[in-house]
Amino acid sequence: MIKKPSAILQCEDITVSFDGFKAIQGMGLTLERGELRFLIGPNGAGKTTMLDVICGKTKPSSGKVVYNGVEGAGQIEITRKKEHQIAELGIGRKFQAPSIFPTLTVFENLEIAMRQNRSVWSTLFARMSAPDRERVDAQLSLIGLQEKSSWRAGGLSHGEKQWLEIGIMLMQEPGLLLLDEPVAGMTDKETDKTGELLREIAKSRTVVVVEHDMEFVRNFASKVTVMHEGRLLKEGTMDEVQSDDRVAEVYLGKRRDADVSRSTA
Amino acid sequence: MKSNPWTAARIWTLIGYAAASAALFAAPLYLSDFRLNLLAKFLAFAIVALGLDLIWGYTGILSLGHGVFFGLGGYAMAMYLKLEASGGRMPDFMEWSGLTALPAFWKPFESLGFAFAAGILIPGLLALFLGYVTFRNRIRGVYFTILTQALVIIATTLLIGQQAYTGGTNGVTGYSKIAGYSISNPDTKQMLYWITAAFLIVAFIVCRFLVASRFGKVLRAIRDGENRVRFIGYNPALYQMTAFAISGALAGLAGMLFILHVGIISPSMLGIVPSIEMVLWVAIGGRGTMIGAVLGAVLMNWGKSEISAQYPDAWLFVMGALFVVVVVFLPNGVAGLFSRLTSIKRRVTGHDQEAVRNPAV
Repeated sequence: MIKKPSAILQCEDITVSFDGFKAIQGMGLTLERGELRFLIGPNGAGKTTMLDVICGKTKPSSGKVVYNGVEGAGQIEITRKKEHQIAELGIGRKFQAPSIFPTLTVFENLEIAMRQNRSVWSTLFARMSAPDRERVDAQLSLIGLQEKSSWRAGGLSHGEKQWLEIGIMLMQEPGLLLLDEPVAGMTDKETDKTGELLREIAKSRTVVVVEHDMEFVRNFASKVTVMHEGRLLKEGTMDEVQSDDRVAEVYLGKRRDADVSRSTA
Repeated sequence: MKSNPWTAARIWTLIGYAAASAALFAAPLYLSDFRLNLLAKFLAFAIVALGLDLIWGYTGILSLGHGVFFGLGGYAMAMYLKLEASGGRMPDFMEWSGLTALPAFWKPFESLGFAFAAGILIPGLLALFLGYVTFRNRIRGVYFTILTQALVIIATTLLIGQQAYTGGTNGVTGYSKIAGYSISNPDTKQMLYWITAAFLIVAFIVCRFLVASRFGKVLRAIRDGENRVRFIGYNPALYQMTAFAISGALAGLAGMLFILHVGIISPSMLGIVPSIEMVLWVAIGGRGTMIGAVLGAVLMNWGKSEISAQYPDAWLFVMGALFVVVVVFLPNGVAGLFSRLTSIKRRVTGHDQEAVRNPAV
């Protein structure tokens, strides 16, 4: 139904309006399989809203989202699907504020997130098999929380919560990961560790990261998409993006009166 | 939680439960008939409390309408008992209201088996239906709670208004026999007490199984963050509906057992005040722990009957004061007090489990 059959995700002409305010206007985004993509842009550019559209939290007023990450299923239009259905298809989302389950232990957080039959009946009689336990343990060591597996997640530090949430997402074995500012509020050391984690994760998956921290983005040699006022402003490598005049304008505030929309057309 | 499940703490807990169960079953030996009857009533209440804890303490959904589910169970059993007492004739209140024949929906209640099944299934299915229309549309929090209050008003209005079919304000009373045994006979009463205690223990075990299963972990996850649960691929509405239906069914079971010991069911027993009182038992006993719910129901009702016997008007003040104290000082109720004491002990003994329970300290 859409041109690029190799792409894992294609968003076409997405428009989102909140009470008349257009948060996103005709935005397109195509992700290749296995790609690590950064989504940057000034505040209010519509980056988070774009992730919301992909994971089903926000329904666009027009445009469509097509996902091709389920083996043998081909292209699936997910624009109108419910959040839990999209998650089941393999699209994982990490929110900006760490959202974990504070009264469950770290282990239990990962246990319920594990890819499994999610019907009421099967969770009633689910047992922790040896392979299941290995999966959870492997995840715990990847996110560096083995020692704290029996802690209530609410007692973790901010950085640890962020890693746990990444772990929760990975347990679903998603084909596409959406991360919203994973290093916000982290110390330098935590940021470095998250960077390593991200590199590890991106080896085998398609990942989209919304990020404000330019230093952090520069550490990765990957494609960057710049959004501004709900539109696509520029797409390319970090060098290309940084040398682009329009990007400099929106970031540094030069020529504020410039008609950005015309230049993106 | 790793490796060996037979830790010392677990063994002691099991011994504690076994001792409590033995004490329950031996109660006829050391309690007068009057007190045994009271205890039987409280044990029935404890079953409602279990169900309420499941939906409120574990899933985070406050229902102020459990009186309705309780009452539906009560009425189902009352219909059987009334027909049994009327011995093939029409129940007295129907004659007074001018009915000439037994209404069709009363007919099947001549069978104890049917009445028993209906007393569990009808409240369970009503809760499932209510859950379906609300949770699926993401109605929750106060809005849901207000809806449950509306349910109470609808139910009591219907029961009072349809006097010919329901006995109106007076309710349904005047029972004589159950399954052929005289209901006022002390031996029958003792047997009914044991049956109630047995149902409570079974309900307790079932609830413990539910909350310890992965299903229970998903319930707690929904309480912590319903949206997050959605984004890891669960449909929270299905879980909420299931928990609410089980909760309603337990309340129905409790209602049936309750009227066996009290001998009457009337609309005032399922009104707004009793529905709120049920929630208070759980709040004061400690929500989020099954044993807390049971303790709360039994202790609060025991206190109520003791205090009301001495000072008839004092109970409401005591209950209000208790509620304030619990909310301010014991957010996890009486059961929370116990676990706090053990965690102090752990701190003193330097046991590292302390870090698990209270990692932020």
